[in-house]
Amino acid sequence: MNGGHSSDSTDVLVVGSGFGGAITAYHLAAGGARVTILERGPWLRSEEFDHDFLLGSSYTRIFDFTVGDGMSVLGGNCVGGGSMVYFAALPRAPRFVFDRQGSIGRRMWPKAITRDTLDPWYDRVTEAMGVRAQDWSDVSYAGGLWGAACDHSGRTANPVPVAIDKDTCVNCNWMMAGCRFDAKKSLTTNYLPAAVAHGARIRPLHEVQRVERMIDGSYRVHYDVIDEDDYRIRTDSGSIDAKIVILAAGAGATPVILKRSEGDLGAMPNAVGRYFSGNGERLNTAVVDEDRVRDVLGLSRDDQRAYEAFQVGKGPCVANWDRLDASLPEYSRYSLEQLYFPPALGTILAQVPGAPAPAWFGADKKEMLRRWRSWLIVFTMSEDDNEGVFGTPPPTGNAVRLSQQMLGRGPISYHPTKNTWKGWQSADAEVKEILEKDGIARVAPWTNDLVGAYTVHPLASCRIGDDPHTSALDDRHELRGHPGIFVTDGSAVPGALTVNPAMTIAALAERSVPGIVEAARERGVGVTYGAPAPDGATSGRGSVLDLPGRRT
Amino acid sequence: MPRGMPDARSVETVTLEAFADTILPGTKRAPEDVTIAGRSHDAGAVEAGALELLRTPATGVTSGLGEFVELLNEHAEHHAQLCEVTLVGDHPPFVELPFEERTRLVRALTAPGHPEKEFWVMLALFCNMAYDSAAHLSTPVAIKNGHPGLRAMGFAAPDADGLLRFAEYSYGRPLARLHPDTNSTGSLA
Repeated sequence: MNGGHSSDSTDVLVVGSGFGGAITAYHLAAGGARVTILERGPWLRSEEFDHDFLLGSSYTRIFDFTVGDGMSVLGGNCVGGGSMVYFAALPRAPRFVFDRQGSIGRRMWPKAITRDTLDPWYDRVTEAMGVRAQDWSDVSYAGGLWGAACDHSGRTANPVPVAIDKDTCVNCNWMMAGCRFDAKKSLTTNYLPAAVAHGARIRPLHEVQRVERMIDGSYRVHYDVIDEDDYRIRTDSGSIDAKIVILAAGAGATPVILKRSEGDLGAMPNAVGRYFSGNGERLNTAVVDEDRVRDVLGLSRDDQRAYEAFQVGKGPCVANWDRLDASLPEYSRYSLEQLYFPPALGTILAQVPGAPAPAWFGADKKEMLRRWRSWLIVFTMSEDDNEGVFGTPPPTGNAVRLSQQMLGRGPISYHPTKNTWKGWQSADAEVKEILEKDGIARVAPWTNDLVGAYTVHPLASCRIGDDPHTSALDDRHELRGHPGIFVTDGSAVPGALTVNPAMTIAALAERSVPGIVEAARERGVGVTYGAPAPDGATSGRGSVLDLPGRRT
Repeated sequence: MPRGMPDARSVETVTLEAFADTILPGTKRAPEDVTIAGRSHDAGAVEAGALELLRTPATGVTSGLGEFVELLNEHAEHHAQLCEVTLVGDHPPFVELPFEERTRLVRALTAPGHPEKEFWVMLALFCNMAYDSAAHLSTPVAIKNGHPGLRAMGFAAPDADGLLRFAEYSYGRPLARLHPDTNSTGSLA
């Protein structure tokens, strides 16, 4: 343990190496700042991504499943953060999202941010990550089945834009354990190596616990070093001094670090650890009738099989966006996206269609598992009510770890309001209507009884906004009342987006950089803004350097 | 997978087997099998290796299994009284409950609001995982050896290098109209 004066210092200390950390670290390092990234998870190389469910394989090394009171969160735990485990679906948020009011009676998003003002930043991310619209020949059988079913009931369906190289992708659907083939564009293929090339240092297995303010206004960040096999064990601790701190530990962890730091930093804004959103997420499982898929939808893989292809593909390929309609009232809009969720965590919550709830275990469930190849999962992303609240931080980290890896108990509590339930019920009914039409399938939602509601896209727990009472950050992502601390992860997003959030989190992180550069310069850091995309491309940069009102 | 039952079976082993069998039932290994109720026609969580997985320290539950088993049998005794089910006493109370009562008790223990819910959910999760993913085994090896859960689900076998690839993956043609507001980025305008 370090004594009084820390021997370790840097200009910019970044907590977390997911989108919020990697993007800001790259630009600041490329601009000349000394940057250190502390990442609590391990650093895995592509060869270490396993196609294996044995505990201790990559899927447990790089994934965290944190169970709270009424809400459970699945997140990345590794260098590259959520991008190592994500499905690389990167749609832009629909424009009505930015006008959402939630339950605060005023626009949740800062007035400076609209879909139009964010588009140039979305363009930067598109260029850096290689986001491409998919066409139907890229779309998996499961995606095609969902598309055909939507069409059969008079609806539209869209292949989802993704950052996946279709030539190297082998459609193994193991991408949640990391892409072994480097087809999925994780941050380890772009922003992070570029940051390192510009001198940024990444320290894996370094879990930040709290932040302290020094007399001169700079910060001392305290961390523990985590054992590489058993994450319940701490092997060392230390601290680093920095002029600027960027928190990007994820919406499940950033507010916990700040709450634990209140003793050192002083009172936190009201909105730290409040207004958590699970992106309105919910899952339904359908078990399809193979004959009906052939006879009603006209689909067949070959002479033997109409579908039987749940396992094949690259995560979510096709989404129905008909309910992303600005003329509909808030809380009634959602996207319905075909999804793959692997076994280990992906079958226990599924309920048997037609059986009285709770129908997640027993003889009928066993028979449902026998039909696994004919499953289809549909993912709802709706407008929830920012109901989540973080309680007292655990002694260390953001959870009490129960297993060596992956499983833990966290301080979040979440009780869905009527608004959220109405949205879920409406989405459940629509999925059922689409897939049970003409006997195509039988559908049941996942149970919320076991681990509460669940999300793979935690948001809003330390959010930007214009109202100091209901936002923790101003529209430059600086923590209110704590100059020099910025938050750039999913916790900064004000509310549910009705689509997959990575693109929006990344665009906001890109947008935050000029303001962070200005703050760093004010503190004597010799850094400029203006780096190209990680691979050197410059058209995205061109469109943002000319923006009116942009600080240089 | 070897069938048949070993002779000296501890209270812990028989109680956990009965719990696992309630989650995903299997066929009896022998006519006198008391822990497996026989509510399915092929192997369930027990034969898929639920106890092996529960006894893997990485899960974090292994050191608490003795306590869980004691608690479960206490709950079972209480449940039997409430339902007026007579326990003969040859086996631990949870094992003596008929399958329907085991099921009712597991439902109650995992329901929202039960003070011990977290533990029972974790145990149920690992029993399910033993079947749906054989998390106590390396997957290519499990598949090669005919693991009952992976085989029943039809989980695809990897290539010789242990990695999975699907050569055929798409119907390969447009199957719906796009949303009318879709722009060239593939998102809505």
